[in-house]
Amino acid sequence: MTDSAKDDGFVVFDHVQKSYDGEILVVKDLNLSIGRGEFLTMLGPSGSGKTTCLMMLAGFETATHGDIRLGGKPINNIPPHKRGIGMVFQNYALFPHMTIAENLSFPLEVRKIGKSDREAKVKRALDMVEMGDFGGRRPAQLSGGQQQRVALARALVFEPELVLMDEPLGALDKQLREKMQFEITHLAHSLGITVVYVTHDQTEALTMSDRVAVFDDGRIQQIAPPDQLYEAPENSFVAQFIGENNTMEGTIEEIKNGVALVKLDSGGMIDAKPINVSKAGERTRVSIRPERVEYNRDRLSPDAHTLKAEVLEFIYMGDIFRTRLRVGGNDEFIVKTRNAPDQRRLTPGETIEIGWMPDDCRALDA
Amino acid sequence: MSDATDTGPVLAADGTPLKRSLNRALRREKLRALMLIAPLLLFVLVTFIAPIADMLFRSVENNIVEDTLPRTVVALESWDRMTGEPPDEAVFAALAEDLVIAVETKTHTRLGSRLNYEMTGISSLFRKSGRSVKRWDLATDGPFREKFIELDEDWADVGMWAMIQIYSSRYTSGYFLNSVDLQLSPDGIAAREEDQRIYITLFKRTIFMSLTIMFSCVLLGYPIAWLLANLSAKASNMLLILVLLPFWTSLLVRTSAWKVLLQQQGVINDVLVWVGLVDDGNRLIMINNQFGTIVAMTHILLPFMILPLYSVMQTIPPTYLRAAKSLGATNWTAFWRVYFPQSVPGIGAGCILVFILSIGYYITPELVGGTKGVFISNRIAYHISSSLNWGLGAALGTILLAAVLLLYWAYDKIVGIDNVKLG
Repeated sequence: MTDSAKDDGFVVFDHVQKSYDGEILVVKDLNLSIGRGEFLTMLGPSGSGKTTCLMMLAGFETATHGDIRLGGKPINNIPPHKRGIGMVFQNYALFPHMTIAENLSFPLEVRKIGKSDREAKVKRALDMVEMGDFGGRRPAQLSGGQQQRVALARALVFEPELVLMDEPLGALDKQLREKMQFEITHLAHSLGITVVYVTHDQTEALTMSDRVAVFDDGRIQQIAPPDQLYEAPENSFVAQFIGENNTMEGTIEEIKNGVALVKLDSGGMIDAKPINVSKAGERTRVSIRPERVEYNRDRLSPDAHTLKAEVLEFIYMGDIFRTRLRVGGNDEFIVKTRNAPDQRRLTPGETIEIGWMPDDCRALDA
Repeated sequence: MSDATDTGPVLAADGTPLKRSLNRALRREKLRALMLIAPLLLFVLVTFIAPIADMLFRSVENNIVEDTLPRTVVALESWDRMTGEPPDEAVFAALAEDLVIAVETKTHTRLGSRLNYEMTGISSLFRKSGRSVKRWDLATDGPFREKFIELDEDWADVGMWAMIQIYSSRYTSGYFLNSVDLQLSPDGIAAREEDQRIYITLFKRTIFMSLTIMFSCVLLGYPIAWLLANLSAKASNMLLILVLLPFWTSLLVRTSAWKVLLQQQGVINDVLVWVGLVDDGNRLIMINNQFGTIVAMTHILLPFMILPLYSVMQTIPPTYLRAAKSLGATNWTAFWRVYFPQSVPGIGAGCILVFILSIGYYITPELVGGTKGVFISNRIAYHISSSLNWGLGAALGTILLAAVLLLYWAYDKIVGIDNVKLG
């Protein structure tokens, strides 16, 4: 969240449920509050209910149960065209039979805005996305990135307070996507609009958002700013879904001074930070980020627990080294280390000892 | 690069120009492709192109007068029909000579029928004269002028002779003039008598009814095509079968079914009388008139509207409508400004199909059209199979073909033929 924005409940999902067939709940008891000016991303695998939530907000789907409020007013029974919410669609949905200027003019025409006003607004919106010279073209004559900009301009031209984006960058190539990510965030913050953004690309979610809501199985698994989400996942799903992760299963031996001692199934003891485990004897899945694993003995605290590991593969990736290890029968244990002058390069077959700060290793639900 | 620009045309490895050697390499493939389609080409040529060309030619061909009465035609050239006098002895002598030969080959009755299209009575005149001329001796029986007039006083009729003179050329515009209710008369092109003017009315009716059928098809077909494109796959498959079912039923069966439904003692009238909407004595006349033709043909041609519409609508993603609504458009505005313009190619294709099919439709108007609901094609069929006036039939057909091509051209100018998607 930007400093100025605070969660004032501009958009609220209040115990919202949604079912298409009356048998399966696609969205299960969703509670979410979005502040004015916030950039919130709904992230999750396909079928997790994130797009359904967006469509309910836009008015194309009705909630089976619960209230959706916009600016304090329930909008469940307001048809989409009266909600005044801007929307950017996955395939842009630019009207192919209209020119770019006509596309942008459309929302203003249906709002009965005068011609001169319309032209000024269209021009301003096009200039805003650096497409000022393209007003006379048809969508088919533009590249994917240009269409994307136009779609953005069209969603903004009638000055909505809330803009929804449904995987808007999905069809672009990587470079363009990164450029657009930056532009969209920049635009959203400079205009002060509230954005609800749906994506299944976690990098996109992390780089663009004030807060990210991770969806799975019709529920929000965690909602947090990107750094917290990455560094402090609250459950195994989030830990697995966001970024790369090494996991090991085990049982809690004891929890003392905020540190859990975990006995791994493969043998060996490690220290971990208890997140959603509470007592000894509980099953747990510990997770550790590849870049937080340390194999330089002198960088670990003297009393840290370590594990024996065999180097299976060493990949030189330029800025980092990526090493695949066998740890307690797990062949997919990854370690990432920065390519620094003093960094030791491992050779396959070598046996090393690995360890970490107890805070970086999180004991989560099994 | 520099080689090519220095020495002119690009050369292949063996020194021949690249273009020629490429052509040679492709010639075999082209020949083989041509061989593959040769049977079809031949078939189309023999069964389609050639008959059409022949028909087009028949609409202006008029060899029969000169072929049957060669000497008379030459002798008539010097006769001035404006004098009001029948031709002189030379013409009648030539006529006698021609008729004797014609009677032997029995072509005089054919000529009689041909000229009878233009002036009633000539057919019987020729037949009657033929019987007598057979017994004449050309060398001794002259002069023939009196003999002919004695035989039938119609031979003294200047109008009849003028008719022969007008139609003595090998090509004539007469059939086309007849097709638009005009005729070649001794005083030039003139309107036909009022009770003989039917073709303009028929052309107008054909076009009016085809347009009515076309618009009814759009009105009925558009919502169905929309449903087809937007329902779930299962439901739309079911609906598609319902649309196609009439397609697989015999045309005659369907037309007869409409007879059962629409006639005065038919299902619809019975129901209306039973419900009390219509008095038993005043049953509605819904068949053997334009209404019956329009209803039956709309039903028969509806699939030709629905299928192209459906194939176009299928390609319009539903997100366009959502996008329009999210931009503030009401359902109607979203449909009218966003969906409808994108479905126009389908409407265009359907309209062209339905209109062109209906403008030349024959069976259904024949069966349910009565006298007020028949099309120009029924008249063409009549001339081809009953009155045997093929020239007139050909001329009517040619005009119909020209009208279709003209409308197609107009459509291309107004909407653009690229804007038509047939599938």
